[in-house]
Amino acid sequence: MAVAFDEMNIPGGDLRPAYQELARWLKETPPEALEYRRQEAELLFRRIGITFAVYGDSESTERLIPFDVIPRIISGKEWALLEKGLKQRVRALNLFLRDIYHGRDILRAGIVPDDLIFQNPVFRPEMNGQQVPHDVYVHIAGIDIVRVDAEDFIVLEDNARTPSGVSYMLENREIMMRLFPDLFARHRVAPVERYPDELLSALRSVAPQSASGEPTVALLTPGVYNSAYYEHSFLADKLGIELVEGRDLIVKNNEVFMRTTEGVKRVDVIYRRVDDDYLDPLTFRPDSALGVPGLMSAYAAGNITLANAVGTGIADDKAIYSYMPDIVKFYLGEEPILKNVQTWRCREPKDLAYVLDNLSELVVKEVHGSGGYGMLIGPAATKATIEAFREKLKREPEGFIAQPTLALSTCPTCTASGLAPRHVDLRPFVLTGSKSTTIVPGGLTRVALKEGSLVVNSSQGGGTKDTWILDE
Amino acid sequence: MLSRTAENLYWLARYVERAEYLARTIDATLRVTALPAAYIGKTNEWDSALLTAGVAASFYQQYEEANEHNVVDYLSFSANNPSSIRNCIEAARLNSRSVRTALTSEMWDTINSAWIELQEVWSRGTSTREDLAKFLRFVQETSLRFDGSAYRTMLRNDAYWFSRMGLHLERADNTARILDVKYHVLLPEEEHVGGPLDFYQWTSILRSVSALTAYHWVYRETLKPWLIADLLILNDSLPRSLASCYGNLVRNLDQIGVAYGRQGPAQRHARGIRNRLEHSNMNDIFQHGVHEFIQEFIADNSRLGEIITKQYLI
Repeated sequence: MAVAFDEMNIPGGDLRPAYQELARWLKETPPEALEYRRQEAELLFRRIGITFAVYGDSESTERLIPFDVIPRIISGKEWALLEKGLKQRVRALNLFLRDIYHGRDILRAGIVPDDLIFQNPVFRPEMNGQQVPHDVYVHIAGIDIVRVDAEDFIVLEDNARTPSGVSYMLENREIMMRLFPDLFARHRVAPVERYPDELLSALRSVAPQSASGEPTVALLTPGVYNSAYYEHSFLADKLGIELVEGRDLIVKNNEVFMRTTEGVKRVDVIYRRVDDDYLDPLTFRPDSALGVPGLMSAYAAGNITLANAVGTGIADDKAIYSYMPDIVKFYLGEEPILKNVQTWRCREPKDLAYVLDNLSELVVKEVHGSGGYGMLIGPAATKATIEAFREKLKREPEGFIAQPTLALSTCPTCTASGLAPRHVDLRPFVLTGSKSTTIVPGGLTRVALKEGSLVVNSSQGGGTKDTWILDE
Repeated sequence: MLSRTAENLYWLARYVERAEYLARTIDATLRVTALPAAYIGKTNEWDSALLTAGVAASFYQQYEEANEHNVVDYLSFSANNPSSIRNCIEAARLNSRSVRTALTSEMWDTINSAWIELQEVWSRGTSTREDLAKFLRFVQETSLRFDGSAYRTMLRNDAYWFSRMGLHLERADNTARILDVKYHVLLPEEEHVGGPLDFYQWTSILRSVSALTAYHWVYRETLKPWLIADLLILNDSLPRSLASCYGNLVRNLDQIGVAYGRQGPAQRHARGIRNRLEHSNMNDIFQHGVHEFIQEFIADNSRLGEIITKQYLI
């Protein structure tokens, strides 16, 4: 594997311009002071209760995501390019979804194979021909971005269902501003705090026509036991909207109401953090206790907007991912600004053969997996693991894709033995309303805290950093 | 507001109040059992503690004997006792998490810190009397802090009123339960069968509702059992008296009624109980039987809980 691109240090000893002030500050700040602030940050997180749950972990149902106090810095110029690329990508995702559930031009043009859509469990036939307000499907997207060199931003994954992590973007900044006011005074960091406002106006802008002038928005959570519950309550609070569970909602005459102490009240827009499968036991999983019986018929009647729309999984599916550059070109007639990771589709015999021959160098992912589970990282795997995976791959090649092992960029990070480079990725959050697509300058930087590790997922020992976009 | 939110706020306040009451009960029992046997007679005070906590039946399914070790453990830390202090704080925190958006950050911080502290106490254990005393003080302080945060930081709207209702309903229940278990030592002179031993029982009762000093300020008298009963039942200047709890419950329910523009059975029922308390005097109560009076009150109070639930919380 090549030496990773470091976002602060240029080989040879120079610093990249965006990091110069930080480097100076680090030199002036004694390591004890840094350690003291680090502990303070942890205490703050615990007191505020910013925790997440790890499924299947009975030891502690609530954990803190480790927070690294060294910010990750992106220059204004780099951000401008990234922003343009993200907007382009999300526009294409929305057009693709509109097309898949209506005319299906892209299938007729032979750009995406039919069976990838129709045999895909995340394709929702219920959405065929369904009108969604302003044709917005993905109101909130979390696009995972990695860097491998100074020039390019690469999309690792498009999260178009119920992406999480934005509360960390906001809380990390709050805590950094509390702990390091001096460091902020020496930089011009673009603020992120207007995210809740922008989210609320995006959500209101897509209210159904039957809504009143002041549409009522609610956030639907699976409940306190969900791993992202903290984020749900945090966002509901910042948006000033009700945090509802399925049992708080009822459907009457194809309208959705919430039960309040003063009787029922109509809801117009649901920012739902419940997966498609659990939304409505009458339409999807009948055993779901998290959903709202009849929600889908109210949706079909056009009396409720769900954000994100039902069926968006077909756009961020790993099997579809490899077609994204073509999808961008097809709908927008533009070259994609953000690159894709080179991807071998194991469903295609030629690709499969290559993958089987090069397993020890590739990352193989389950098409329907998420959270870093069920994947093979060739260079880090034992022979036995690779052989076991080879069998799985041969049995069900269409269930997998493979990618080269990327040397994700590194950033300076606090470790037990002082500052050291650790691999990072970035998840900016892209909002789409009736009129515009906006991105708050920033995002969630996840960092793999173990030396050499490329897995940044919080469920597997990753941490987070505050992400600074310099306003130059 | 969401019915579920109101329900959570209401129960949150009840759990915190109950935790405090349990801590006071244990504290008062420890004091009285520390006396030489000659001063307290033959009654098993730990049995009384279980009875006032309303968990005697479930206790005896798991333990043979009501002694200090078993009862303190069951009331404080037992996971099997749904209303142990530990489970009350766990439930309070779970409720707080569900309604974080309706809590002020001070209230959340109180509950969350208490929960974190409880985990530590729980893993450390309270091996000495001192540890236990510290723990009991901590529980009472948590309740005071929670109450104070609510009082000082919450908007005066339905969220606040539902939370207060939970507090007063639980408090009324707790005071009534003490009276229910101890009524026989509170009978007036002529009916009284006990002796000077009861002095320590009386102080113990007053202590468990934090009214020992208040008693002297109100009556300027030595301890007289019927005055203690008067203080706990009818004197609405004592925050834990039944009369005071019902004055507050009626006020909170009226505030909700005004805000929502309509009243219902909860308002009527609460007013009925308050009127009965207002128009009673201790003579009548003793004449008709203090025990019957208390049991009727407990039933009425829990009925109000059901009516509130039906009218607002589901």
